[in-house]
Amino acid sequence: MTDTKTTKRQVNVTSKTSVTVLFAGDSGDGMQLTGTQFANTVAVYGSDLNTFPNFPSEIRAPAGTISGVSGFQMQFGSTAVYTPGAKFDVLIAMNAAALKSNIDKLHHGGIIITDTDGFDAKNLKLSGYGEGNSPLEDGSLQDYTLFEIPVVSLTRAALADTGLSVKNIDRCKNMFILGILYWLYSLPIDTTVKTLQTKFKNKADIADANIKAVQAGYNFGDETDMFAQFGRFEVGPAEMKKGTYRRVTGNEAAAIGLAAASKKAGLKLFLGSYPITPATEILQALANMKKWGVKTFQAEDEIAGVLSSIGASYGGALAATSTSGPGLALKSEALGLAVIMEVPLVVINVQRGGPSTGLPTKPEQSDLFIAMYGRHGDAPVPVIAAYSPVDCFYAAYEAAKIAVEHMTPVICLTDGYLAFSSEPMLIPSPDSLAEVKPVFAKPRNEGDAPYLPYKRDQRGVREWAIPGTKGLEHRIGGLEKANETGNVSHDPLNHQLMTDLRMEKVASIADCIPLQTIDNGPEKGDLLVLGWGSTYGAIKIAVNRAIEAGHSVAHAHLRYLNPFPKNLGEILRNYKKVLIPENNCGQLLLMIRDQFLIDPVAFNKVEGLPFNEMEIEAKITDIVKEL
Amino acid sequence: MTDTLTTLTAKDFTSNQEPKWCAGCGDHAVLQQLKSAMADLGLKTEEVVVVSGIGCSSRLPYYVATYGVHGIHGRALPVASGLKAARPELNVWVATGDGDALSIGGNHYIHTIRRNPDLNVILLNNEIYGLTKGQYSPTSKIGQRTVTSPNGLIDHPINTIALTLGAGGTFVARVTDRDGKFMREIFKRGAEHRGTSLIEIYQNCPIFNDNAFSAFTDRERKADTTLYVEHGQPLVFGKESDKGIRLDGFKPVKVDLNDSSVSKNDLWIHDEGDFNKANILSRFFDDPNASEDFLPRPFGIFYVEDRFTYEDALTAQVEKAQENGEGTLEALLAGNSTWTIK
Repeated sequence: MTDTKTTKRQVNVTSKTSVTVLFAGDSGDGMQLTGTQFANTVAVYGSDLNTFPNFPSEIRAPAGTISGVSGFQMQFGSTAVYTPGAKFDVLIAMNAAALKSNIDKLHHGGIIITDTDGFDAKNLKLSGYGEGNSPLEDGSLQDYTLFEIPVVSLTRAALADTGLSVKNIDRCKNMFILGILYWLYSLPIDTTVKTLQTKFKNKADIADANIKAVQAGYNFGDETDMFAQFGRFEVGPAEMKKGTYRRVTGNEAAAIGLAAASKKAGLKLFLGSYPITPATEILQALANMKKWGVKTFQAEDEIAGVLSSIGASYGGALAATSTSGPGLALKSEALGLAVIMEVPLVVINVQRGGPSTGLPTKPEQSDLFIAMYGRHGDAPVPVIAAYSPVDCFYAAYEAAKIAVEHMTPVICLTDGYLAFSSEPMLIPSPDSLAEVKPVFAKPRNEGDAPYLPYKRDQRGVREWAIPGTKGLEHRIGGLEKANETGNVSHDPLNHQLMTDLRMEKVASIADCIPLQTIDNGPEKGDLLVLGWGSTYGAIKIAVNRAIEAGHSVAHAHLRYLNPFPKNLGEILRNYKKVLIPENNCGQLLLMIRDQFLIDPVAFNKVEGLPFNEMEIEAKITDIVKEL
Repeated sequence: MTDTLTTLTAKDFTSNQEPKWCAGCGDHAVLQQLKSAMADLGLKTEEVVVVSGIGCSSRLPYYVATYGVHGIHGRALPVASGLKAARPELNVWVATGDGDALSIGGNHYIHTIRRNPDLNVILLNNEIYGLTKGQYSPTSKIGQRTVTSPNGLIDHPINTIALTLGAGGTFVARVTDRDGKFMREIFKRGAEHRGTSLIEIYQNCPIFNDNAFSAFTDRERKADTTLYVEHGQPLVFGKESDKGIRLDGFKPVKVDLNDSSVSKNDLWIHDEGDFNKANILSRFFDDPNASEDFLPRPFGIFYVEDRFTYEDALTAQVEKAQENGEGTLEALLAGNSTWTIK
C-alpha cells in the first residue's frame, strides 16, 4: 500500500481545517463515482464531510456542452462540516464546459486541475468558448493555480500493457484524477482499492486497470515538478463522536427511518408510492428492504400510491407514501380521507422548486403551505421537517411515531438538497431509538358492549381496530361520522363536535413533543434567526460567525411546524428581532406572524439553490447594525 | 382450545344501518344476494372487508356487518389493493359503479385488473350518475338525453367487459340485478377465483334512468335479447331455446335451430378458458332497441384465467428475501459499509 506520509521528494505539507472540492466533467466522465470514492476515503480517514451532487435533469445531455456537465461537490474538514460549501477551493474540470460553468464559484486563487485532453477544438466549440479560444492559453485564469494535465494521454500510457481496449482504458481517466487528489490531500488510496476490488469482483482486469490508474495518478503527483513545487495539503480527522458510522443521503436516511420505526413498533412497513424526482430513491431503497418485511407498491399514480397506503393502514400496517410537490398536490383529497378516518399514515414530501413541474431537480422549501393547509375542509395534519441528511432518518422515524401513536396522517418535509446530500451518520443503537407504541383495539365476544370505533382516550386518540379481529367489525370512510359510533351522520352539532375533536387531537400533540431549544447563542438577545429544514447548516455557520464577531445573535431551528412547540412564543419574545430565512416567499414567516402576532424579518430566496452562509451572515450583519 | 363451527346466515351479514337507497333501486337486490353469497361461502364477518368509492352503490359497505371502508370517488381499488397486499389473508370485496370505476377511477381500474390482486369487484352499472342526480356516465348510450346532454349524448360508451378483458382480467362476468340466485352463484364463483373477479351488474336506477336495461330484463323480450352462457354448453337462446350462435371464422352468426340445415352440433360451445372467444363474445354489444338485426347480450362468466395474484407474488418475494431469517434492526441501521471512529 502507498505510504501517504512520505514522498519521494521533500514537499511542503500545509494543514487546512476545511476544503471544498468540485469534481466536474461530462455526465459520462464518472464524476459522481469519483466524488463518492473521495468522500468515502475522507470519511474513513475520519474527517467530517458533506456532499452534494449536481447533475443535469436530462439523462443524456449532449456530451461536451454546458448542459451535459455533471458535478459532485463536497466539503471536508477537521472541524464540524454542515454544508457542501459555498465556494470551491479546488475545481476539477475534465473538459472546457465543466470549467466554464463552474469557474465563477471558485475562490479567488483557488486550484484548477484540468484534463487538457478535454480542451481540444471540439470541446472548446461545444462549451461555447469557441474553437480558438482556450481559457488555458488566453491568460484568463492567471488569478488561479492552474494544473494542466493530459489525463487521457497519461492514463493510456499507464495502462498500455493491460491489454484493455482504448475505450475501457479511457474510462479509467477519472481514477487517475482521483489518484492525484489523494496525493494532493495526503490521503491513502486503499479505501478506493478495496471498493474497486469488490465492485469489479467478476471483472478482475477492469478492477486492476482502475487500481493501476489511481496508483498512476498518485505517482504522477509524487513525481512531477509542478506538484512538488506547489506542495501538498493535509486535512486532519475531525473530532467526531466515537462509534460506527455509515454515509447516508437524505433519501436513504428517510427510508431507513421508516423501516426502523416499523421494526421498533412491531408493525410491517408498507410504502405505496409513485416515482417522482427528487423522492424516488426512498421507494427504491425500500423496495430493497424486503428482508426486513417491507412491502412496496409502485402504484399507477400518486393518488393510488397514497390510497393503497391508507388501505394498508386500515389493515394494520405502518403505511407511508413518498412524494414531491406535484405528487403532494395530487394526494390532497386522500389526505383528507386519512384525516377523517383517523388512521396512521406517513407522507415524506421531498420538496423541489415549484409551482407545477417547476425545477424538478432543484431544492426549495415552498411546500410548507400545502403541507399545512392544502386540503379542503378543516383537515389538520401534523407537519415536521428534517434539517440535515442524517436528520431525515430521525424525522421519518418521528413522523411514524406520531402517526401511529396519534392515529393521524403526518407530513414529513425534506427537500432535494437533503435528499441528495450525504454525510456521515453515527449508527444509533436500536435501544437508543424511542419506542413506537401502537394501541390496537382488543377482540370482543358476544355479550360485550358494542365496539365504538371513535371512542377516544384522554389525548383524543381512537384505537386502531384492524380487520380480522373478532367483534370489531366497523365501517368507516369519508362521510362525517357520528361521535363514538362512527355511523354516518349529517347532524349539524355532531359535525361541529367532530371537527373540533380532530383539531384538538392534532393540537394536543404539542403536549407530547419536546420544547423548542436554542441551537446556538444566547437565550435572550438582539436577534434570533429562526429556521426550518435544510437551511440549518448555512444558518449555523452564519450565526457562529456573527457570535464570534461579538453580536448578540442566536439560532433556533424548528423540527415541529404543526403543532409548534409550546414554548415557541416565549422564545420569540426573548429577542428584539426575529429573522426567518427560507427558500420560499415567506411561508413560515406568515405562520409565525399569524400565531404569535410578531413581525419577523423575512429573508427569502427561490433560486433553486440552498442559502449559503455568506448570504445569511450578511443579512444578520445588516439587521444588527440597525438595532 | 376448540373452534366451534357456526354457519352464518345472510342476517348475520346485515349491519344495523338502514339502506338509504330509493325504493325499487337495483342495489337492494344486489346487497341481498351479496350477503347470502357471503353466508353460503362460509365466511366470517371479521375476515371480510368491503371497500367502496363514491356513488349510490358505494354506500353498500355501511349495510354489511363486516369491516368496511367507504373511500373517495373512483379510488376504491387502490385502497383495496393496498389492504390486500398488506393483509393477504383477508377476504376483500369492492363495490363500485360505472362512474366510480370507469370514469374518475378509470386509471385505477385498468391497473388493478392487470395486477390481479385477489379482490371481488362488483361493478353496479346503471348507465347514469344517480347520486348527483342524473348526469350521463361513461356507459350511457349514444343519443341519451340527460341533464348534461340535453341534445343527446355524443360520448361513445365504454364496453366494460371488453375493457376488462383488454386490461388483462382473469375473471370477467356480467349479470343483471334481476338475476337473483344466478347472481349469487356468480358472486360465489368470483369469490372462489384467486385473482381480481370483475362482475358487472346491469342495475336499474328507477329515478334517473329507469328501464335502461328493460330490453334485457322484460319478461317478454328477455329470451330473445339475452344469451346466458355456461361453460361447455352451446350458445343457445330464445323462448323455445330455438336460436343459437355459430362461429363463421371469427364472425358470430345468429342461426335458427328450426331450420333443418342447422344442427345444434355446429353451435359455438362456450369455453371460459378461451380468451379469443371471450373477446368476440364481449363485442356482442348491440342495442336491441336500435335495430332488428342484433346479437343477444351475453350474461354469465365470459372468461376465467388462472394467473398469480399480486399479493402472492409480493409475499413470495418477501419470503425469499427472508429465507435466511428476517433482517434485524441492528443490521438495518448499519447497512453494508461502515467505519469506526475510536
